[in-house]
Amino acid sequence: MNLLAAISANDASTISMWVHNFLLDTCGLAPWLVVTIECLLIGVGLLLLYTILALFYILYERKICAWFQCRLGPNRVGPWGLIQSVADAIKMLTKELIHLKNIDRFLFALAPYLVIIASVLAFAVLPWGNGWQVIDFNVGIFFLVAVSSIGVLGILLAGWSSNNKFTLIGALRSGSQMVSYELSIGLSVVTMVALAGTMSVSEIVLAQDRLWFIFSGHISAIIAFVIYLIAGTAETNRGPFDLPEAESELTAGYHTEYSGIHFGFFYLAEYLNLFIVSGVASLLFFGGWMPLHIPGWESFNTIMDYIPGTIWFLGKAFVLSFVIIWFKWTFPRLRIDQMLKLEWKYLLPFSLFNLVLMALIIVFDWKL
Amino acid sequence: MEVNVKSIAHADFKDNESLDKLVAELQASGTNVVLGSLDKLINWGRSNSIWPLTFATSCCGIEFVSLGAARFDMARFGWEVARSSPRQADFMMVAGTIVNRMVPVFRRLYDQLAEPKYVIACGSCAISGGPFRNSYHVAKGIEDIVPVDVFVPGCPPRPEAMIYGIIQLSRKMKVERFFGGANRKEDRKKFFFEHPECAE
Amino acid sequence: MADLQTIIAQKFPQAKIETLNGQLTVTVDDKDWHSLARTLRDLEDTPQDFLVTIVGMDWPDGSLGCVYEMMSSKDPEGKVLAVRVATADRKKPMLHSVYDVWAVATLLEREVYDFFGIIFIGNPDMRRLFLNIDWVGYPLRKDYDANPELNPISIESERQTDFTDTWVENADGKVEHKQVRVFDDDDFVINIGPQHPATHGVLRFRTALDGEEIKKIDVYMGYIHRGIEKLSEDLTYQQTLPFMDRMDYFSAHNYHHGLCMVYEKAAGIEISRRAQVIRVMMDELSRIASHCLFMGTYCMDLGATTMLFYTLRVREQILDIMEKTCGARMTFNYDCIGGVMQDLAPDFVSDVHALLDVLPANIKEYNKIFTGNIIARNRMEGVGVLSREDAIGYGVTGPSGRASGFACDVRKWVPYSIYNELEFDEVLATEGDAMARFKCRLSEIEQSARILAQLVDNIPEGEYCVKVPKVLKLPAGSWFSMVEGCRGILGIYLESDGTTKPYRLKLAPPCLTQAGVVDHITRGQKIADLITIGGSMDYIVPDMDR
Repeated sequence: MNLLAAISANDASTISMWVHNFLLDTCGLAPWLVVTIECLLIGVGLLLLYTILALFYILYERKICAWFQCRLGPNRVGPWGLIQSVADAIKMLTKELIHLKNIDRFLFALAPYLVIIASVLAFAVLPWGNGWQVIDFNVGIFFLVAVSSIGVLGILLAGWSSNNKFTLIGALRSGSQMVSYELSIGLSVVTMVALAGTMSVSEIVLAQDRLWFIFSGHISAIIAFVIYLIAGTAETNRGPFDLPEAESELTAGYHTEYSGIHFGFFYLAEYLNLFIVSGVASLLFFGGWMPLHIPGWESFNTIMDYIPGTIWFLGKAFVLSFVIIWFKWTFPRLRIDQMLKLEWKYLLPFSLFNLVLMALIIVFDWKL
Repeated sequence: MEVNVKSIAHADFKDNESLDKLVAELQASGTNVVLGSLDKLINWGRSNSIWPLTFATSCCGIEFVSLGAARFDMARFGWEVARSSPRQADFMMVAGTIVNRMVPVFRRLYDQLAEPKYVIACGSCAISGGPFRNSYHVAKGIEDIVPVDVFVPGCPPRPEAMIYGIIQLSRKMKVERFFGGANRKEDRKKFFFEHPECAE
Repeated sequence: MADLQTIIAQKFPQAKIETLNGQLTVTVDDKDWHSLARTLRDLEDTPQDFLVTIVGMDWPDGSLGCVYEMMSSKDPEGKVLAVRVATADRKKPMLHSVYDVWAVATLLEREVYDFFGIIFIGNPDMRRLFLNIDWVGYPLRKDYDANPELNPISIESERQTDFTDTWVENADGKVEHKQVRVFDDDDFVINIGPQHPATHGVLRFRTALDGEEIKKIDVYMGYIHRGIEKLSEDLTYQQTLPFMDRMDYFSAHNYHHGLCMVYEKAAGIEISRRAQVIRVMMDELSRIASHCLFMGTYCMDLGATTMLFYTLRVREQILDIMEKTCGARMTFNYDCIGGVMQDLAPDFVSDVHALLDVLPANIKEYNKIFTGNIIARNRMEGVGVLSREDAIGYGVTGPSGRASGFACDVRKWVPYSIYNELEFDEVLATEGDAMARFKCRLSEIEQSARILAQLVDNIPEGEYCVKVPKVLKLPAGSWFSMVEGCRGILGIYLESDGTTKPYRLKLAPPCLTQAGVVDHITRGQKIADLITIGGSMDYIVPDMDR
């Protein structure tokens, strides 16, 4: 009964409490054991979710890109090609891991794990629904921004340790790109944090109960959103900012020398990062798992509440990812100097200005 | 044993004999139940995810581009993930003439491919030297340089022929054994035995 | 032209001046050659500033030498002047280099050295061009030993060297061999190609970088050198034609047209008007298809992959038209000596009409997706600027040359077939950057469509092929002719000794010079610009390597 109630209330914390109490009281386990079991469960669940999501995203992009290009896309493996990426994953797991001569073996092996760890860690604070959050602490969004930049270390290491000039150029490009665009991401996140008045992810979502920030934050939120979207695309190394792995220039960029599942990690992480970037955008600007609420339209709001929060969250993330994928398959690639110019000459001053604007909006209480 | 591919009947394929031979070899060596079913799963994955290396030297390469375009759309089969780095590709479509100067480069690319790797000789130049067979600077077929799995004749082969060729490769993958690598490795061993000058 | 003759006769009385098959031909000694070249280059009215090609020759009398085919960019009639220089020494043949007169000569002389072993005194870069440095023998010499054991196929990497050879003449006339480093000691050299997605085939650039900036590029060719010229010498005239499909496979019709024209001119065959019209229509159709593919692959190089699929849509439509008539998608082998192989397919006219109907909308779409895009403009504008002088000096023809203002469209300049009856504009631009080259091709599609529209309803009746002996025999002599391929001028030099096989067939492809100029215009640009520039040149590697 408890469970049903929890689901209908769209609040998962009751479920997790119930599991916790079940292990602690009913099974009579020691508290440390309970915590360990719970951590394991969450870990396994998260990794599963991670894999499934990545596989879904790979197919999602391949299908969308096919439609943009008047093609059909994968449609032979499984119904409508749905399990195409499962086949790819199985293949990738069984491919040879090539051992190279004259490389830094330890760093070479470490790099893909660093990249994947960065994106798994970011999953910890993403709010999948009301209460569906692994850890909710007061600097959640700060944590997210921080861990997502670990990935660049992995890329730099990959490029450096491969002992290949192409990978080195790719890695350095990636480094300069990430370091630059992190600023804009940070500033647009700060803008929204200022509007929310909190860094806790759950509170940011709850603050959008009445109206999503993109609407309530006036023009400033919209500017922040646009900047975030551009910088986020750059952060995930996707076109038109895919310079680190620019196919036509650097063959495969920083992961040229990786094969088998090591390459698979880079491949998966790229798509996961896409999801994280769009997930954070939906969290900051579109209310995370919060249904669409319009002040005054009470019956509309009630209907919206019936759609589970998880669907809201994933739906928003997928739509935003669609936009980013759309970018990739439309625009040509920027040149490295143009890309840095875009960040340092346009995005950064704009975000600074925007932060001031947001401060004014808050001080004078202009928000809707 | 019939090797089935979606929407094409077994009997419609030519050259089923070499596949039958592979299967017979497999059955002769016996198979473990657990490994056998795991093999099936892995082979299903491998045969449905064949990523080509972007490699083209001449005319056939352009038909390979057409193969990726909307009319022929190799993405339907999941082959559109053309990798530029040989480490990440599964097979090499040798599209075009291989000349003396290219041979070491081509051979190196082959060596760089990650196992399990396959080669399709696409077009008459790759198969035998084609119209340039008498030239002083053309390799008379890549068969002397690397082991070839599928030959696709034509000058250049039509994209449909290339699709047929890759499907044949996919069928070959299906009946191979992954664990122990029975026939796959033996094939190559045999090749390098016959061509000692090409040995790794 | 008469005054050109008198000027040469006045200054170089020992030179032999004659008119062979309608072409003014000058034969000079090697010692006079360099000053003659200078004189010709610096003529006031018609400076012979465009060196079309250097044809290496192994003449029947046993002497080795070159035929220099040159034109004046200011000559509206487009007369081609030939200068022959020869040396009797077969052991160590030497001629004087004209690299300082025509910039393109550096590359073309390397080609001659590679094939004939003629050393050019003064040329700063006398390495082999297509064959590896340990190759034994000079393949286009008549006494070349083709024994494969001399040059075995090996999977060992070829020997690399950081040095290039040069032969310099001292003040006292002695020739000295010198070695020069290609790159500096502390250059960061990165190897792009031969297996690289952006080189459009198997071309190799050794690129010295300074950060992301390019310091110098050393081009390596020959990774698809198939020896078409040598092969042709053992085949009958008809048998040489199919090679044209496999050089620049996008200009298959144009190249076929060109070679057939040379043979027909030499044999004195007059072809029917119907065949002329069909040939011209096929040429223009392939031009559209070729430029469409150029746009697609170029945009893909720049990262806009989707564009490729939109342009290939039009190309597939054209290939359908051709397939119905010629029976193939790429290697058509359609033009033959005397006309064309088969008559047009019954629905050719309606198909071409359908194509012309969809073209304008497609071009509009391309402009919308790509040309107007701010990122694309930033990537292309002002990148890889080639000045008009350099375009002429480096012999860059085709849309790439016309984007620099070099009016080199031989359809207008030296009209062949029925081009002088057609109404179309020569697309010219002055910027000379990647964007101009891109736009030139886009406009050329429109012009080709215009030509097609004029012809499609006026295909005359008549026979499509005149009777020609199965094995053609040409009179002895030499002919030079040019045809506008999709990428520029294809020069064809034919030397016949009166038998059924060509004595020497030289194909001067446009892509060779376009690849040769890459080093010149990429210096100081970013490494990503190498892709922009290389792509905008639109060279086809099998074309330059032959």
